[in-house]
Amino acid sequence: MAEASEARIEDISVAEWDGGSLPYSVGHKKLGMWLFILSDSLTFSALLIGYSYVRVASPSWPTPFHLWPTIAMASLMTFCLLSSSLTMVLGVNAANRDDRRAAVRWIIFTLLGGVAFIILHANEWRGLIEEGVTLFQNPWGTPLFGATFFGLTGMHMFHVATGVLYLGVMAIGVGRGRFGPEHVEVCGLYWHFVDLVWMFIFPLVYLLSVNMH
Amino acid sequence: MSARREQHEGAMMADRLVVTVWLGLLGLTGVEVFLAYERLSLHLMLTLLMGLSFIKAGLIMAYFMHLRFEKRSLVLTLVPTMIIVISLLTIFFPDGVRLLHMRPR
Repeated sequence: MAEASEARIEDISVAEWDGGSLPYSVGHKKLGMWLFILSDSLTFSALLIGYSYVRVASPSWPTPFHLWPTIAMASLMTFCLLSSSLTMVLGVNAANRDDRRAAVRWIIFTLLGGVAFIILHANEWRGLIEEGVTLFQNPWGTPLFGATFFGLTGMHMFHVATGVLYLGVMAIGVGRGRFGPEHVEVCGLYWHFVDLVWMFIFPLVYLLSVNMH
Repeated sequence: MSARREQHEGAMMADRLVVTVWLGLLGLTGVEVFLAYERLSLHLMLTLLMGLSFIKAGLIMAYFMHLRFEKRSLVLTLVPTMIIVISLLTIFFPDGVRLLHMRPR
């Protein structure tokens, strides 16, 4: 009886580690992307908490952002990213339905949302640089304001730009039948992560620096 | 043919759900922008904004990133890890407050 039990346990153990089974019931591409997202979220958390630390430790942190144009434009950027996340999910759904044309169309809409975000953000950067805010200086007080602002938003914009390139490659690949639904879903995970990070940057950097006068 | 239609209908239902979540996210963003212009104490403002951000992040992870429909073991591997490590990073905050009080007046 004991030998029969040990044989069953051994069979189960061999079956799990024999290969060909999917841990967490997801493919390796998807699991790999989730693990990357986990590590990248820690990078952004460190940046955000570092920014929060120097702000807490500063006796006078500037709050220069007026409703127009900064907060209005940042809200529009948030709308662009959220809408691009919606179109990405619709693209994943289309890919799962084997509707390649619709999937490519939704991926291109997602890409355009990302491009709109970058254009609006670059315009905002231009305005701030013209006012004298850079990585190393700030006309309204502590230079750390410029350093943390450009550090955080620059890191995020780099991720958006990379995501736009990724989406472009995905649109071409799906159109040619080279990439399947799983590829689209993995690309979607990255894009939603970029959107998720902005959900924290927008209130912490912009909304907490609103000029109330 | 009916299996493909069922799959299509499932996708349509998912589309409706996703649009609802999107509208919810836009609504929460609007609430955040409104709160930014209310004259609240910094602690209350921070708590409200961070709370809303976590709700938005949860909605994005659950529905857009499909985590709600994944195996529980995946969720239990990813989410607690993130929470614990991010919480560890916040250990430095009291030091920031101490630094503020130590500055020469």
